[in-house]
Amino acid sequence: MSNVTAMVRIRGLRKSFGDHVVLQGIDFDVQPSQVVVVIGPSGSGKSTFLRCCNGLEQPEGGSVEICGRTLVKDGRMLAEPELDALREEVGMVFQGFNLFPHLSVLHNISLGPRKLRGLSRAEADTQARVLLDKVGLAHKADAMPASLSGGQKQRVAIARALAMKPRVMLFDEPTSALDPELVGEVLQVMKMLASEGMTMMVVTHEMDFARDVGDVVVVMDAGGIIEAGPPETIFTNPSQERTRSFLQAVLTRT
Amino acid sequence: MELDFSPVWAGLPQLLRGALVTVEVTSAALLLGCVMGLLIGIGRLNPKRRIIYSLCTAYVAVIRGTPLLVQLFILFFGLPQFGILLPAFACGVIGLGLYSGAYVSEVVRGAIQSIDRGQMEAARSIGMSSGLAMRSVVLPQAVVRMIPPLGNEFIALIKNSALVSLLTIHDVMHEGQKIISVSYRSLEVYLAIAVVYFILTGVTTLVLRHIELRLRAGGMVQ
Repeated sequence: MSNVTAMVRIRGLRKSFGDHVVLQGIDFDVQPSQVVVVIGPSGSGKSTFLRCCNGLEQPEGGSVEICGRTLVKDGRMLAEPELDALREEVGMVFQGFNLFPHLSVLHNISLGPRKLRGLSRAEADTQARVLLDKVGLAHKADAMPASLSGGQKQRVAIARALAMKPRVMLFDEPTSALDPELVGEVLQVMKMLASEGMTMMVVTHEMDFARDVGDVVVVMDAGGIIEAGPPETIFTNPSQERTRSFLQAVLTRT
Repeated sequence: MELDFSPVWAGLPQLLRGALVTVEVTSAALLLGCVMGLLIGIGRLNPKRRIIYSLCTAYVAVIRGTPLLVQLFILFFGLPQFGILLPAFACGVIGLGLYSGAYVSEVVRGAIQSIDRGQMEAARSIGMSSGLAMRSVVLPQAVVRMIPPLGNEFIALIKNSALVSLLTIHDVMHEGQKIISVSYRSLEVYLAIAVVYFILTGVTTLVLRHIELRLRAGGMVQ
């Protein structure tokens, strides 16, 4: 394994909430430009795993490195100022969008670059318009988030994360809160990012996305990785019985 | 028994001057109360910061648990024993402001905690420090939710300010009592004083409602 070049390097990651063990010693590497799709039954620790990768959750043990910089070592987090700086490198998209409801779409995107990168309002707004155009929402620049559909909100949220020019993007069930007919437009944007070479970690229940876009599919259960490999292998010939039964349960839904 | 409002009319300039003092005392106290309330409220957000949290909690407990009049008297009559001689006006403003701050802090804390955690997480995830995220993301949203309960606090503050008349501050209450002491027209003068307070609280209510509507019209439909 060529760990030196890994974009995200995770070793022995452990996390529990009270007595409940959520992650029990996870080792994983994400290479640059890789799209890693994390699947597994609910409560398997997928979201917590993802949230540990940008320090939104503090693990009890193990280490996380982003672009070679240590985020967590032996369960100890980086000090706040450095942690904030490192978070700029790691974009995150949430299930519930979490747009800032008091700001226009444009200012949702330009707030970070203005406050953290010292861009002028004009510079930040110009950059935000480019990103809005990229996610197909140039015409919504002055709209307030409350007036958008779920799919539009999530695309704005993606643009907001991209505005900080992150090296890695984390997606925590980005389409789970959407009406079925709005899922496609969000996945479309994510596919575009993947094709541009963005390093991505995606927790999702969209098996088609995992199959089509994922370079590596990670199957989690009970706080551990039970299997990881290219989608062809995982979906057609999984080595673990638990993977098989999980896939059977999701894929035979319809 | 008939009502005779002539002492009120004769004393109107005095009463209005007193009303102005009431406005001055309450405005200054309101400012102090808001600053204190914001600091104390934020100090009580995170129990893990033990010292700050305990100090702020103790402040709220003591201030809310003792009568305002006693607090004012401690400032005005008690502190001089230590050689701390504050002007009456300062005692009134500090006393009312600190008292109001304890209540405002609970409004601030409640409003901030009512904002979805995801807002803070989203702000942190793009690299903002907790302070910056609080200032530019959480507080602007929380302020809208603070306004209705703050209205209650401001109104309470205006009415509580009548107590500063006992610190020799020449507010509307004090001026009224002076008129009564020479005219013996208690009912008429107290009614006039009540009207003054009612107008002050009414204007405050209208202004706050206006602000709230303006903020909501800003697109913060929630």
